[in-house]
Amino acid sequence: MRNVTAVAIVLCLVLTVTGCREPKEAQTEGVFRVGMVFDVGGKGDKSFNDSAYRGLLHAADEFGVEHTEFEPGQDADRETGLRKLAQAKYDVIIGVGFLFSEAMRSVAVDYPNVRFACVDFDVRPDETLPQNLAGLRFREEEGSFLVGVLAAMHTETGRIGFIGGMDIPLIHKFEAGYIAGARHARPSVSTTVAYTGTTPQAFADPAKGKELALLQYGRGVDVIYHASGSTGNGVIEAAKEAGKYAIGVDSNQNYMAPGHVLTSMVKRVDNAVYMTVKSVLDGTFAGGVREFGLADDGIAYAVDQYNEGLITDEMAAAVEEAKAAIIAGSIVVPKE
Amino acid sequence: MKRLARFTSVLSPVAAVAAAFLVGGLVVLAIGESPLRIYGILFRGAFGSVDGVGLVLFNACPLIFAGLAVAFAFRAGLFNIGGEGQLYIGSFLCAWAGLSVSSLTPWLAIPLLVVAAAAGGALWASIPGFLKARFGVHEVINTIMMNFIAIGLTSYLVVNVFKEAGQMTPQTPKILASAHLPRLAGAARALGIPLPDANPLNASILIALAAVGLAWFILYRTTLGYEIRAVGLNAAAAENAGINVRRTLVLAMLLSGAFAGLVATNEVMGFRHRFLDNFSGGIGFMGIAVALLGKNTPVGVLLAALLFGVLNTGALEVDVFTDVPRELILVLQAITIILVVVGNEVLTRRLEQRVRPAEATGADGNADAGAATGEAA
Repeated sequence: MRNVTAVAIVLCLVLTVTGCREPKEAQTEGVFRVGMVFDVGGKGDKSFNDSAYRGLLHAADEFGVEHTEFEPGQDADRETGLRKLAQAKYDVIIGVGFLFSEAMRSVAVDYPNVRFACVDFDVRPDETLPQNLAGLRFREEEGSFLVGVLAAMHTETGRIGFIGGMDIPLIHKFEAGYIAGARHARPSVSTTVAYTGTTPQAFADPAKGKELALLQYGRGVDVIYHASGSTGNGVIEAAKEAGKYAIGVDSNQNYMAPGHVLTSMVKRVDNAVYMTVKSVLDGTFAGGVREFGLADDGIAYAVDQYNEGLITDEMAAAVEEAKAAIIAGSIVVPKE
Repeated sequence: MKRLARFTSVLSPVAAVAAAFLVGGLVVLAIGESPLRIYGILFRGAFGSVDGVGLVLFNACPLIFAGLAVAFAFRAGLFNIGGEGQLYIGSFLCAWAGLSVSSLTPWLAIPLLVVAAAAGGALWASIPGFLKARFGVHEVINTIMMNFIAIGLTSYLVVNVFKEAGQMTPQTPKILASAHLPRLAGAARALGIPLPDANPLNASILIALAAVGLAWFILYRTTLGYEIRAVGLNAAAAENAGINVRRTLVLAMLLSGAFAGLVATNEVMGFRHRFLDNFSGGIGFMGIAVALLGKNTPVGVLLAALLFGVLNTGALEVDVFTDVPRELILVLQAITIILVVVGNEVLTRRLEQRVRPAEATGADGNADAGAATGEAA
């Protein structure tokens, strides 16, 4: 027994020493570096966080910037993690999700030379942001309106559903736009609405998403729009299982169940992230709240090889018409 | 016997921690990284700067309270895994008190909120404590269920009743400013320690240290503490000796819950200054691990909490600056606990085999020896 232990210890030590590699951490001066901090659900949610990550990779690819990203394990780590990146002299630090709003506010003030951006920034009424903090917000209601038009034109039962993640004003925008769009296309359409929960974990509960979706399909709903992060993976799974339709959110999720995802309301978090990095590089970065909508391609609906069979010419025409009307201002989409 | 038992109870956690680092090193190696580099970054994060040390203490602080809660109940033979629920209720009551009072001098506001925090935890723990004492219902099941109720209840209250207006984050407004516990950066600088202003370390760590002393005092210097330990070692014998077992169980649970509730001093009064829904993320459960590693003694809990504070602080550094996922640290913590439990069992058995003949001569009333052998049972 003693010999085995001794051998094991020696082996470990040998492996430890031989396992040494050149530290990749040693950064050269003058390299532009971007740090990204993820929300609940994290990298790999195929939705909101992944969209931000794509934007980061796009920028890294095009401008050759270095990047690092992490997902805070406990709430207190949000602020501490941001500070660590700022102390390490990262040039841009991007928080993905409104949960970073408060930490961003306090860290940005302490590091005026670092640029910060927060996706879905939870802006306070009458708040002025520091010059080095950009709050990136989206007019989700506009894109939701368009997918609502498509849902209402596609449904055979005349009943459509909505499944939101956390029950908060941000997600109410999705719901309100969706219902307004559906009514615009088909005033008689009936809607069923459900939320997964009241805490951030509501965005990371695929099992509950599937349960809620199956419940709605069982009641005659045949198209469900989800705005629920990785919870929506369960909704899409349910659509496939029940032979019904789901509408994806944030990222293009059409590929996740070809033929069963009617379309996706794409929130171009990737574009916003990419543009933020670009603006710092070319010196045009400005603090303050910045809104993205249909007009600047910050919001879109997805048509690709996985769903083109589901979108008829009539539907395509109607949705394009609505899009033009929203951009022109002749349709004003409600936010709640 | 005494000395040997004391030696074992110190040796087994230390050996377990060392072994866990070795196994963790193999895990790091398996994912193609150098353990030396990763551990280097981990310890640099924790000890490489005054800021890091401050974060270690900040991260250890709630674990001290949670660990004391579990250890205290354990000494009475109760397995309180409801620390999570108790700390939520304690924190909520603490925040509520801080929102209800409009102006008060710090000398009154701070004690008021501390009492509210402890009372909230004690209140929540008293229910399974009472059920255990009155009906003999097992506390493990009840404390788990009370966790769900506490998390759900506080979540409901924050989202529907107390939420800060116009905000998406599920949190209450800030509590009364005079009830904030001061950060220690200023005091540290006065002592010549360059702790940055942004460091979240606050006066709650002093309350935690006082709680360690208080737990020690109650356990080893009061009649109640003696009764708690007696009931924990053998309830039937304690009953025969004239100890009111039911009363002792309820009181042990109350005190255990109060320690858990004091987590609020760091999370609500010291750091966030408000109640944030779901803020804990398992501090109460981590308390079980801390108590186990600390052998259910107050000083052991303090040391174990500091170790976990080091791991949590280093974990963030590893997470931010390497490709190794933070889950590695969770693996490390889990391995430590398993090895402590296994090591304790093995060492205790060996010890018993060796000293059994000598032990037949008389009962061993020593607290530490009693703890070491009692826990293995």
